[in-house]
Amino acid sequence: MLKDITLGQYFPGNSVVHRLDPRTKLLMVVVYIVALFCADNWLSYGVVFAFLAISIYISKISLKAITRGLKPVLFIVIFTGVLNLFFTEGTHVIFSVFGITLTWEALERAFFMVSRIMMLITGTFLLTYTTSPIALTDGLESLLNPLKKLHLPVHELSMMMCIALRFIPTLIEETDKIISAQKARGADFETGNLMQRAKALVPILVPLFISAFRRADELAVAMECRCYQGGEGRTKMKLLRYHRLDLYTFGFGACMLVVVFALRSFGL
Amino acid sequence: MSQAIVVEDLAYRYPTLDQDAGTYVFKDLNLEIKQGSFVALLGSNGSGKSTLAKHFNAILLPCGGSVSVYGMNTQEEEHLIPIRRNVGMVFQNPDNQIVANVVDEDVAFAPENLGISSPEIRQRVDNALKHVGMYEYREHAPHLLSGGQKQRVAIAGVIAMEPQCIVLDEPTAMLDPKGRREVMETVRKLNREKGITVVLITHHMDEAAQAERVVVLHNGVIKADGAPKEVFSQVELLHDLGLAAPETVELCYELDKQGYDLPLDLLDTESCAQTLYDLLKA
Repeated sequence: MLKDITLGQYFPGNSVVHRLDPRTKLLMVVVYIVALFCADNWLSYGVVFAFLAISIYISKISLKAITRGLKPVLFIVIFTGVLNLFFTEGTHVIFSVFGITLTWEALERAFFMVSRIMMLITGTFLLTYTTSPIALTDGLESLLNPLKKLHLPVHELSMMMCIALRFIPTLIEETDKIISAQKARGADFETGNLMQRAKALVPILVPLFISAFRRADELAVAMECRCYQGGEGRTKMKLLRYHRLDLYTFGFGACMLVVVFALRSFGL
Repeated sequence: MSQAIVVEDLAYRYPTLDQDAGTYVFKDLNLEIKQGSFVALLGSNGSGKSTLAKHFNAILLPCGGSVSVYGMNTQEEEHLIPIRRNVGMVFQNPDNQIVANVVDEDVAFAPENLGISSPEIRQRVDNALKHVGMYEYREHAPHLLSGGQKQRVAIAGVIAMEPQCIVLDEPTAMLDPKGRREVMETVRKLNREKGITVVLITHHMDEAAQAERVVVLHNGVIKADGAPKEVFSQVELLHDLGLAAPETVELCYELDKQGYDLPLDLLDTESCAQTLYDLLKA
């Protein structure tokens, strides 16, 4: 069950998408999300979808990995779909039973909402799949660098993110072990009502938290041993540099955004 | 040969919440570690070996006496970074000392902290990874590696600082026999080829037997100090301290109790087997 969580997982590779500067990818994700939220008809959805499909294709990430990433949010997707299906006003009624009416408008809207959520998640997953967490946090740090002038702890934040991402697989493994250990001692996680099940999680969370604190302590000592003293005077092994590829990508993204805006304002 | 680490009259107790003193881990401990040597630090649980190790790179500071590392007193704040870059430390759990999600970026962590230029970091990282035999894995995710491989990455992360001394705090405690062998080979190679001083804290007598010098610590007091052969032949002392001698020595010791007259300084299997063979033939 826990193996399904792929959030923050990185699949090493050498595709065009992998080689892009992390800042480019971060900005493109922002552009992509803006475009996705501006899209309001079939054609503009199609454009955004084509952008996503091309990105996935050239990233050489398997579709299996992407669908696996969508699994945990399936419930929210279905929930949104159903809500939109029955609570959207419309005139073109398809059928009406027991006071529940289904209209063409609702169908269209539900489809848009569902595909918007799914595309949103797929797009952001593509970012974490193709960018190593360190590159990602480096990119974020570099993009947020101007905020340092406002005394925002940009380096500390990016270091925290990096460590959090690094420990996701470790802690998942640990949780699995604790669950097995508690099951072996007769803990029951599968039966009972919601309250009972929530209570059954306590014997998992307590050891997990204790071990996480212990790990944090050991990691802090290990980092100090390796001369960590904050962001001041720190250098990077992999310097971030924009290449021609990044320029093309920006062009590609800008084109998509312009098309989506045009379709929106001309109402095509 | 010059001294890498000099511990003089060290006293230490863990800070406690109440005002009156907690128990002392050390009262007045003296120890000198020569540059380029390979020292094994032995002791049962709670003997203070890890606490002592943390004094070697100023993670803990003495309550009394002094610890000086390459002539720098650990209590002086301005020496902190030079001390830590000269005395690298590797811990028991490899998972809790790897910072990054990719092997080479983790190895680069220490040199990045030291403010070294980008091309030189690359070179140091590649060299360090080649030294521990993990170069082919430089783009892997650490959590997918085996325990022994992770621990070697952690060692690479330390030697990328180019330290003169490495302190390893039970680096093989969580590893399987294969991982233990890999780590021990790496450590021996670093000591032999790069002349790095190694302080190895261990529970495994066969690992300690590979060192040049063995120091036995018990309740914060040094009980034995010398070449492995000298220390391990004092089987009764080791037993009193809750330790065991290497298996070969234990075997000879048991046979001696039955009336044989075998030497107690046979640390490797071959020489022990040869002696027993000679005994049986005679």
